[in-house]
Amino acid sequence: MRGRQSANLCLFLGPAMVLLLLFFIAPVIVDLIISFTDIGRTLRITEFTTAQFERMFTRDSRLTKSLAITLVYVFFTLAIFNVTFGLVLALTTTAVSERLGAFFRSVWLLPRMSPSVVYALMWLWVVDPAERGLMNQVLLAAGLDPVDMRSNAPVLLIVIANGFIGASMGMIIFTSAIRSIPEHLFHAARADGAGALATVRHVTLPAIRWPLSFITVYQTLSLLVSFEYIWLITDGGPFYDTTVYALYVYKRAFENGQYGYGAALALVLVLVGIAASLLMWRFFDMKRLLQQPRIEVH
Amino acid sequence: MARIELSGIRKEWGEVVAVEDMDLVIEDGEFVAVLGPSGCGKSTTLFMLAGIYAPSAGVMRFDGSLVNEVESRDRNVGIVFQSYALYPHMSVRENIAFPLRFKKVPDAEARRRVEAIARLVQVHDLLDRRPGEMSGGQQQRVALARALVKEPQLLLLDEPLSNLDATLRLTMRTEIKRLQRQLEVTTILVTHDQVEATTMADRIVCMSKGRIEQVAAPAELYARPASLFVASFVGAPPINVLAGRAEGAEVVVNGLRLGRVGEGGAAGEVVLGIRPEHIRFDAHGLAGRIDQIEPMGRETLYLVETPMGGVRVLEGGAGVRFALGDSVRIGFRPEDSLLFDRESGALVPGARVAPPAG
Repeated sequence: MRGRQSANLCLFLGPAMVLLLLFFIAPVIVDLIISFTDIGRTLRITEFTTAQFERMFTRDSRLTKSLAITLVYVFFTLAIFNVTFGLVLALTTTAVSERLGAFFRSVWLLPRMSPSVVYALMWLWVVDPAERGLMNQVLLAAGLDPVDMRSNAPVLLIVIANGFIGASMGMIIFTSAIRSIPEHLFHAARADGAGALATVRHVTLPAIRWPLSFITVYQTLSLLVSFEYIWLITDGGPFYDTTVYALYVYKRAFENGQYGYGAALALVLVLVGIAASLLMWRFFDMKRLLQQPRIEVH
Repeated sequence: MARIELSGIRKEWGEVVAVEDMDLVIEDGEFVAVLGPSGCGKSTTLFMLAGIYAPSAGVMRFDGSLVNEVESRDRNVGIVFQSYALYPHMSVRENIAFPLRFKKVPDAEARRRVEAIARLVQVHDLLDRRPGEMSGGQQQRVALARALVKEPQLLLLDEPLSNLDATLRLTMRTEIKRLQRQLEVTTILVTHDQVEATTMADRIVCMSKGRIEQVAAPAELYARPASLFVASFVGAPPINVLAGRAEGAEVVVNGLRLGRVGEGGAAGEVVLGIRPEHIRFDAHGLAGRIDQIEPMGRETLYLVETPMGGVRVLEGGAGVRFALGDSVRIGFRPEDSLLFDRESGALVPGARVAPPAG
């Protein structure tokens, strides 16, 4: 019986464990090891040292600034787009007719479906500071002055560019969550005298509490580490104004060839990620989301 | 309390017609059951009354005033749903108080009313529980309290007992009826269960395929069904249905000639209906053979093979007094026979059939 049990364990949990080990745990260990070396552009390790950490804590003035930018970027992208706007899209597209709702959901999925580079190039055209930029064409046609978002509001630009993509994930998850609410609850609320807003507040939102928590946690983590659109649209600029932490790590390691230092910086991201997940796990009481298995295994 | 008037009500979903040509008047304080199989349009009718669906055509009046365009919340209608539809994240107290929130009832009065209604349906000990922590019967009572707390002019019950077990169903049946009497609220019960309808309602609206088949008091619906559908749907075990042909003064069933009595003038294809309890064993009746026996405690149901076809006979108070294969003779009183037109399904009023002699 005992042998059978461990065989089952290997069989069912094995593949997932192997993947987790190969792609999540092993890289962290490799990163940890590299961060204690002096590996650089020559890819040669001459000594094991704590010099990278000394540098990080004493001489890197960019580090804290970059963390602060990350905080602003993650918070506003989440708060405005990935959660709030995703929810608004889900609520509105489920309230209109099925066909119209599906149409708008598809429209909002387009940014996610287009290749990153194409999407970034579109944004570059939209915010082009010259008169040919789409936004400036609109502003000029409306009799307003042209603007240069990339220079004057770069953080807002990266928040919007990422948010337009990020909102669709929440939209899809929330849409299916709203659809799974028994229709009778909406009928009951209507007969009880609740208007549209009261129904959202008292019926819809409480019912999609878990998807809301999940999207918040998941998107926080994914925003923390993703930087490709920022890299493509502003390249972290002007100066370092939109260099979020993940991009900073990338630049140090791969653009400056300081692999050892990059590895040390990346460890901070791992720690921030773990801390953020644990905090939110607590905050949203996600333990209650875990359900007892319905099938007992002996 | 309200008098409900429906005239020419119709509801269609694209090509599908869910309710058609519905004319119905429900008196103030009356308890009416809408009875029919699933898909007959009874729930659609209920949702139209609640203001959740808008009728495609027709006029709907509460106490004489047109309500077709009136929003659900302004109709003052209480509904109990089949699934109860309690808000899962709210306590019982919050659930019951929910409708009052939108009626701008002052807090103190709302609390008093919630407690009074909770006491009435006997859930006052459960006010701080969540719906998920209660049994089906308790949830049912809370749903009733929520529907009643706003003192509705119309109470709608959508299959309210179908999710309860048999014993509880019996208790709730009695209780809902008692509450309705006490509050004198006009009530419409939608159900597919004939026992629920006949035991609770003052009048029954029997529906089939989106149309009203008959509106009558329970006893009349049973004794004088207006159509073959009503006759077959109401009554358990079901009525015996025998196809035949009316030929002059006779009805021919399966080659057997039965004499016509009474004044009803049926012709052509007909259906003869006789309830199982109206057929009795009779030494001078039609010969047959016991084909199946179903003891049901107080009564016994026999299936008897006769020259007319298979006939169900329900006999009470005599125990099981025949065995399989026994030769028996059966008969019935002409006044218990019903004759329907096979084409339209309508009852041929006054038409009776005399039992064949052995």
